[in-house]
Amino acid sequence: MRNPLSRLGAILERDPRKDPNALVFLLLTFGVIAFPIAVQVVTRGSGSFLISQAADAGVYVLLAIGLNVVVGFAGLLDLGYAAFFAIGAYTYAFVASDHMEFTPIHQAIHIPFWIALLVGMFAAAGAGAILGAPTLRLRGDYLAIVTLGFGEIVPRLFRNASTWTSGVNGISALDTPALPIWLNGPWSGDAFAIVQNFKIIDPLAYYVIMAVLVAISVVLVNNLRRSRMGRAWMAVREDEVAAAAMGVNTVGVKLLAFSIGAAFSGFAGTFYGAKLSLVSPENFGFTVSITILIMVVLGGMGNIPGVIVGALLIYYVIFNILPGLPQQAVDFANSIGASGLNTPSGDWPGLAGEVQRLKFLIFGLILVLTMLLRPQGLLPSRQRAEELQKGVHEDTTIEDVNAETGTA
Amino acid sequence: MVGSLRQARIAFVGAPIGRLVNLLVILAVGYAIFILATKIFAQGPSYFLQILTFGVANGAIYALVALGYTMVYGIIELINFAHGDLFTLGGFISVFLLPIFGLDASKAGTAGIILPLIAVFIVTMLICGAINVTIERVAYRPLRHAPRLAPLITAIGMSFVLEGVMFLWKGPFNVPYPNLLPTTGIVIGGATIGVKDIFVIVVAAVLMIVLALFVSRSTLGKAMRATAQDQDATELMGIDINRTIAATFFIGAVLAGAGGTIFGLYYNTMVFDLGFSAGLFAFTAAVFGGIGNIQGAALGGLLIGLITALWDGYMESTWTQVIIFGILILVLVFRPTGLLGMRVPEK
Repeated sequence: MRNPLSRLGAILERDPRKDPNALVFLLLTFGVIAFPIAVQVVTRGSGSFLISQAADAGVYVLLAIGLNVVVGFAGLLDLGYAAFFAIGAYTYAFVASDHMEFTPIHQAIHIPFWIALLVGMFAAAGAGAILGAPTLRLRGDYLAIVTLGFGEIVPRLFRNASTWTSGVNGISALDTPALPIWLNGPWSGDAFAIVQNFKIIDPLAYYVIMAVLVAISVVLVNNLRRSRMGRAWMAVREDEVAAAAMGVNTVGVKLLAFSIGAAFSGFAGTFYGAKLSLVSPENFGFTVSITILIMVVLGGMGNIPGVIVGALLIYYVIFNILPGLPQQAVDFANSIGASGLNTPSGDWPGLAGEVQRLKFLIFGLILVLTMLLRPQGLLPSRQRAEELQKGVHEDTTIEDVNAETGTA
Repeated sequence: MVGSLRQARIAFVGAPIGRLVNLLVILAVGYAIFILATKIFAQGPSYFLQILTFGVANGAIYALVALGYTMVYGIIELINFAHGDLFTLGGFISVFLLPIFGLDASKAGTAGIILPLIAVFIVTMLICGAINVTIERVAYRPLRHAPRLAPLITAIGMSFVLEGVMFLWKGPFNVPYPNLLPTTGIVIGGATIGVKDIFVIVVAAVLMIVLALFVSRSTLGKAMRATAQDQDATELMGIDINRTIAATFFIGAVLAGAGGTIFGLYYNTMVFDLGFSAGLFAFTAAVFGGIGNIQGAALGGLLIGLITALWDGYMESTWTQVIIFGILILVLVFRPTGLLGMRVPEK
């Protein structure tokens, strides 16, 4: 048992060219702490929107970490992951709003956010087990299409069962998270933003919760990867028949991967519902599932820091760069004196409109080019990277394997 | 048949949760079918015939698109997400070609439309094929030995690119498609079968029969089947794998282009992101019938079209997709490789 400081030393001693994970984790931790400060300094105190957006990005990071367990570790292609996200968010909506009063139950339920996190987690994990139990015997892409079907069914159920979920309108006015009453230490009564009136309303507070949730998830997933279960997942991913021959209960192992992966989206869904204070069936479509899958594959399947980086990058591209593009194009045209381009005329929808139309194309090209240049993802796991160069590194020694799994 | 019974037994005797879930799904679907049957009897045969025709016509279009999915999947195990958008692109290209070949709404229903329409079909199909071969060359071939999900992501990317191109071209609006086919119909037992319906079914059936003959009789078809089974062995036999795979993409796109044109002629409207949902259904159809199996894709498309039409016609259309995917899950639980799929050993 080494103390944390010497572990930090060991991390710094490792050669980052061989395994950049430790370095990426260090940078991410630093970034998470420095981001709100930097944003407030740069925008002179009006960076609340950016911090709030960062907290939203955290939702996708959580989702990507969860999907990584299913796709990256156990090698099961899941095209309907948003279904579990929806289940998490709707669970929070049911247990933490006045909504239940308008359903046949006629009794509002208000569970504190912190307990609701666990409720959402178990609801999503349970849904994962229920879907997985009859279908995990399916091989390869047949499983993918079943998850796709589930991903299509769940949001539609929420939309159609309007006596329970108020249909397309969704459920609004969800409870905001509040710190427990016994936590009202020295800052109680103070106008300290994070715990004002015991209600978490400041974007920074959401940001902090998100950071803590992501940190917990990373630790959990990292431990899972190194556990007996993690090794079983990877064995099933590489060769299901061989794994079964070695005594791995393949269906059980896959079921657990499915449920655990779903559990993280329960986390994410609860947080999402609490922050937005609204859930609507339109927010959990196939596009969301695909976006999360893109984050996982583009970042580097099976590698946690890679997946986090992938999630942050894709989130930044989709929600920050692409929506801002038309305005930037207009500004650019004005600055080079071509402002005539900005007014619509005839078939020309104006520069802003034209760039708006280009968004799909740009996003598609980004995906294709990134994948062509780095087929293994931006930060692939070391083991996967070596598998890809089979023949070049045929002589993998037991030391290499130990270094990968961290069981030296 | 014995195999499927055995599968059913395994699925039932398996994990207890799985058994319970299966039972619930079966009961739900059985109940739904019962309700549907009572409604069909209540509404009489002519309405049923009408719905049936619509379902078959719709299913024929799904089947054409599903064939492209199933062929590409069969040969390189890639879910080609861009295929649905190629279908839409086919419609857009043909709507652009129609005036060039002198076709507009004023000639609707006359005999003069037949030859130009055939020309439009052929040109559209060739352009779609060329585009798909280019996509394969640029986005999938470099990744053939990459991790399995990498080409899946480029396929999604290409789907966005194609949608982006169509968005740039026509904007986010519904694109009107000239109503060229005669609007008359034949009355059978109180139901009107439109010339349009017959046109769709006949064209789709002819294309599918030609394809089936091509794959089973021609040398290239033989090469395709060989490549699907074992790429290395096929290469050792002196077959150019790259050319064979490119040909598969070409044929898939030809069918999608034809499907898009037929869709336009049938519904008289298109929109740039139509391929997204159409592709989803077509892929579902391919899996339904057993992915990699050509007859299976045709059967799956037909079934999906029929289920959609029956449910839309007799029940609430908001539940249609839930029913389709519910039945799909049920089918896969009992026949894990689809309705006509063969059990193949894992590679």
